[in-house]
Amino acid sequence: METIWLTIALMGGIGIIAAAVLYIVAKRFRVDEDERVLLIEEVLPGANCGACGYKGCHDFATACAAAESLDGMFCPGAGADGMKRIGEIAGLSVAETVRKVAVVACAGGCDERPLVRKYDGVLRCSIETVVGEGETSCPYGCLGWGDCVEACPYDAIHIDSETLLPVVDPSKCVGCGKCAKACPRGVIKLQDVPEPYGTVVYVACQNRDKGPLAMKACAVSCIGCGKCKKACGQEAITVDHFIASIDSSKCVRCGQCVEACPRHSIHEIQMPEGGKA
Amino acid sequence: MNRKIHPRTFAKGGIHPHDSKLTRDVAITQPVEPERVTVLLNQSIGAEPRLLVKAGDPVRKGQMIAEPGGYVSAALHSPVGGTVKSVTSVRDPYGYPSKAIEIIKEGDQEPAALEPLDFETATPAQIVERVAACGIVGLGGATFPTRVKLEPGKEYRPEYVIINGAECEPWLTCDDRLMREHASEVVSGARWLMRAVKVKKCYIGIEENKQEAIAAMTEAASHRSGVTVVPLKKKYPQGGEKQLIQAIIGRQVPSGSLPVYVGAIVDNVATAFAVCEAAEKGLPLTRRVVTVTGPDLANPGNFLTDIGTPVSALIEAAGGLPEDTGKVVAGGPMMGRAMSYLDTPTTKGMSGILVLPSRMSRRPDPQPCIRCGSCVEVCPMGLEPFLIAAQGEMRLWESTLHSGVMDCIECGSCMYTCPAARPLLDYIRLSKRESRKLK
Repeated sequence: METIWLTIALMGGIGIIAAAVLYIVAKRFRVDEDERVLLIEEVLPGANCGACGYKGCHDFATACAAAESLDGMFCPGAGADGMKRIGEIAGLSVAETVRKVAVVACAGGCDERPLVRKYDGVLRCSIETVVGEGETSCPYGCLGWGDCVEACPYDAIHIDSETLLPVVDPSKCVGCGKCAKACPRGVIKLQDVPEPYGTVVYVACQNRDKGPLAMKACAVSCIGCGKCKKACGQEAITVDHFIASIDSSKCVRCGQCVEACPRHSIHEIQMPEGGKA
Repeated sequence: MNRKIHPRTFAKGGIHPHDSKLTRDVAITQPVEPERVTVLLNQSIGAEPRLLVKAGDPVRKGQMIAEPGGYVSAALHSPVGGTVKSVTSVRDPYGYPSKAIEIIKEGDQEPAALEPLDFETATPAQIVERVAACGIVGLGGATFPTRVKLEPGKEYRPEYVIINGAECEPWLTCDDRLMREHASEVVSGARWLMRAVKVKKCYIGIEENKQEAIAAMTEAASHRSGVTVVPLKKKYPQGGEKQLIQAIIGRQVPSGSLPVYVGAIVDNVATAFAVCEAAEKGLPLTRRVVTVTGPDLANPGNFLTDIGTPVSALIEAAGGLPEDTGKVVAGGPMMGRAMSYLDTPTTKGMSGILVLPSRMSRRPDPQPCIRCGSCVEVCPMGLEPFLIAAQGEMRLWESTLHSGVMDCIECGSCMYTCPAARPLLDYIRLSKRESRKLK
């Protein structure tokens, strides 16, 4: 019987001492973490994509909490609404930012762009582009092995099984630009999405060859004919090096150029209302 | 005196592919005299040359048509006399657009030569200037401007000129033929180079599968002091700069350093020949020997080629493109690159055109790595190719740097020997490119 009492006393004693030590240590060596960091992290997407320029979401949250101004700090994942909430948490004002979306500047799928040779190396765009122009005779176009798909942290870009071209899901795309960086040919571009969200018009080609060459390489290539330029009432389109480009700040998304293009190389995508931004 | 000379070689790694030198006994000829040439503007490593001509200008043969665009850059000269038709954008052999000067051959073909230099009185500065003025670049394939090599900077003291006659790439024989037919010019070129960098000793390294070249060069060198021919064992990549230095003078170039750090200036035999032509005849670099070869070609050969001649014309001269051609490779089979277009022009760096039938050009499907270690055994730089490739595949660029990816000379021995046909070099090259961006 005595053994039992002794054991209880001993174990209880150790417990009390340990609790006291833990209490003192916790009080004395407490690290004050800014609770705003945790709140900000909840707003962030948690994908650690690095589009903000910081190492990850936690790093960005810490920087936001410590910052004196949120100018130049933007998380495309959280979008404008998210940044507004971060501003509220951090007690700072947030400048208006333009939402961006990734667009694929190549429309030459399997039916439009004939294969002229076989590539039997590693199935990665970054490797094929060094070997040569690829399996088609367009040295500017998409190679289709999906380096962009692997780079996307938001599952917003996929290779279409019929055209073998990447397709961006605008409801998931936050415009972080990882795919654009991963593409060795710069086929994927970030396009401004001006308010109010509606359509985004872009040139789905970047072939800078002269007309006949571009025509031979692909059925939907921009040949720099300039019909879109004439159709545009806003002078938003310029043609340089046999390729049209649209100034999104001038574009009113009337769709005239899309209809005027004889090569069907100007595309528009519908941005979802109230998407992430 | 019948002393047996033991051929030397480098210490680590290396492979022994079948040498397949079909054209070793075919003399150098010039079968194609093109009516028009297309000179690509970017033919060497470094800055893009600045154009000196425009469409409609008459040019003389050997006239400078583009000047160096920076210190590391090389001048271009017209290979023919005639008229500049246009300055335009053409496809390079790999399919990418590239600026080029099209010249139509007509009229006077007398070369616009510079004043020949006198060996006894020419100063090193004069020789270096001549090398630059004649647009000479490393003709082994790297196309590094030779004048930069000849001005190594005050902190380095060159001790040896090493002339690279290893020609370890299978199939290629252009250097072999040049040494056999123009031995004395190559040796003279070596002496000009020695004079330019003020050294007293020169070694000419030649692999022992080229006995005739060794004999011819030894004969030519016997009258000249300071030039020694060194027979080398047949082993790929003996012609790699660092391997050659180790084989001949027994010194190892440290990681990240240039050969001149250990006192060596290495130049290809074709470069030495070009230096001789530039110094003694005042002729700029406008032509080179190209080996056009392949197992099914009717008439393979070593063709003296004006730079800018279409590749297709050379293949035509070698008997035409055989049916069932799988790949046409610019350069040798180990380090060359498959061409996308055949109507593109030859360049200064194009030492060979290898026409491979499809049965020899197919890449086997890669299998998983079996950890046999063959790639580690054959790597002449002592790297672990399987590891770097795996890191590259996982995009761990920083780890590849720690694994020494920058020391890779891209010889391809690892991929050649891999029993699982892993695309090792593809991933190593990718890692090199991506790691460079990190710095």
